[in-house]
Amino acid sequence: MPAKPTRRGGEQSMVPRAEFQSYYGRPVIKPPTWKTPDVPAYFFLGGLAGASSAMATLAEIGGRPRLVRIGTLAAGLGAAGGTAALIHDLGRPERFLNMLRVFKPTSPLSMGSWLLASFGTLSGAAAASTVTGLLPRAGTAARAGAAVLSPVMMTYTAVLVADTAVPIWHDGHRELPFVFAGGSLTSGGGLGMVCAPPKDSGPARAMAVAGAGLELVAEQRMSSRLGMVAEPYHRGRSGRWMRAGKLLTAAGALGTLAARRSRVASVASGAALLAGALCTRFGVFDAGMVSAKDPKYTVVPQRHSHDHEH
Amino acid sequence: MTNQLYGPVDDVAAQAGHADDHPPRVGFLTDTSVCIGCKACEVACKEWNLVPEDGMDLLGSSYDNTGDLGANTWRHVAFIEQAAPRRELVDLGMPGKGPPGHVAEGLPDAPPGGQQTEQSDRDVRWLMMSDVCKHCTHAACLDVCPTGSLFRTEFGTVVVQEDICNGCGYCVPACPYGVLDVRPEDGRVWKCTLCYDRLSDGMEPACAKACPTDSIQFGPLDELRERGAQRVRELHEAGVEEARLYGEDPNDGVGGDGAFFLLLDEPEVYGLPPDPVVTTRDLPSMWKHAAAAGATAAAAVIAAFVGTRR
Repeated sequence: MPAKPTRRGGEQSMVPRAEFQSYYGRPVIKPPTWKTPDVPAYFFLGGLAGASSAMATLAEIGGRPRLVRIGTLAAGLGAAGGTAALIHDLGRPERFLNMLRVFKPTSPLSMGSWLLASFGTLSGAAAASTVTGLLPRAGTAARAGAAVLSPVMMTYTAVLVADTAVPIWHDGHRELPFVFAGGSLTSGGGLGMVCAPPKDSGPARAMAVAGAGLELVAEQRMSSRLGMVAEPYHRGRSGRWMRAGKLLTAAGALGTLAARRSRVASVASGAALLAGALCTRFGVFDAGMVSAKDPKYTVVPQRHSHDHEH
Repeated sequence: MTNQLYGPVDDVAAQAGHADDHPPRVGFLTDTSVCIGCKACEVACKEWNLVPEDGMDLLGSSYDNTGDLGANTWRHVAFIEQAAPRRELVDLGMPGKGPPGHVAEGLPDAPPGGQQTEQSDRDVRWLMMSDVCKHCTHAACLDVCPTGSLFRTEFGTVVVQEDICNGCGYCVPACPYGVLDVRPEDGRVWKCTLCYDRLSDGMEPACAKACPTDSIQFGPLDELRERGAQRVRELHEAGVEEARLYGEDPNDGVGGDGAFFLLLDEPEVYGLPPDPVVTTRDLPSMWKHAAAAGATAAAAVIAAFVGTRR
């Protein structure tokens, strides 16, 4: 099967040949042992919690109590649910506290564990204060503290997957944080649109539309830059997840722009955006599995770089 | 403390914090030109390290019924059958019987790295290689481990502490060679320790001890590198031009392997990656892009609130 040449203005087309040798077609690297839906669901919930937390604090500054409440609860619940999914995914869940045994900058999962522990504590405290009405000032401080960490919550899971030998994840490390940041914004905004009436959800709509644009553009750039390595984003089950993600995100964004006054349209668009962000996370996860299991994606680019650099 | 993530490192044990009087870095030179595929290394490894059985399957890939390295396979002998043009026979210097210093008569009918067929125009070349953990200078598994379970020993090797590992599985897709895996019934990750217990008692690893042809050679890495280069020169002089070292170069993508190989074909033929790179080389770039994406997301949320009228 001849490789399709990529066209990028000015840059030399260096698409490696698709013929390659392997050991009985076996994978060179091991696919992640991470389970579905635990890990992709965590990516979604972590991003949702991050964007919701940012939304809650800015809504507090801007005097929008409904979005404060929605964002605070979503951040607390999202972080709690994500943490539960992560612990469930461990081979030895009873040892989850070993994650906080060291502080290790070379491990995105170590950094992520400390981040999640801090963000989860703060957003959980803020949510508890919102639900019970107790200690409102401490609740506000906790909410603000979580919001400070929220940009990292929206993006660090992209570093987590990129820092592996999985070609489609590693090679996409420049764009993947933008894809995840976009998906976090669409899901946070989408949740605001589902839960708040249109008159209160203006900023949530703006977040959602901006996030949709960011996600779709970053995804497109990543796919075209990666060439053959990006194949799993377009083929098979992972390709279907990604297509569903794109369609739902685009439809949700268009719906958001078209019907700003209708409660029904707002809920439908918000739900589409949430579903789109979820599908994209599952798509990225699934594509990584395909990329790891097919030796082609490991051998062909490495053979190419080996032949051209040594 | 230079080259923490990438590039040559003079003293990996010192970089990892071991005192100056640590023993020299040790490793394996696996010379596939004299491997006879007896699998004594696989058996010795399993017996010494009490590694459970890994399935009694017939895989249909020559004499390889082990498949690949994993949680329950720390030495794996690969078998490759190739049709090759007939050519002059070469004495590979297989060990023979006799007192020390006695020059054994080479097997007179052995073609390079393989055996002869009765067909006049071609030989079947039979490649055999005992694969093992590479104990990389820059070990991605160690870099990404969030618990500190994986560590660098005073011998410069990389070992999993099973009483710490919580089975997060991050090291599994991080390894560019696909060495580590989770033992499903146990939940933790296992791999070659280069017989850490034996090294501590001044003994060589079980696989090297058991190897009847000295295909697996154990020793200080500096010495093995010299021995490997010398062996390649000898083979080239004998007409085995395809002999090459794999993983011995400190300037390669992982800073050189502690366990390197002499191969008779391209690495991918044996299931090895042609140009592996430690994924953490790009970690600074990953975080930079994540920071930019996080800042973009934060700006989008702020703009969503500032720009939305009531």
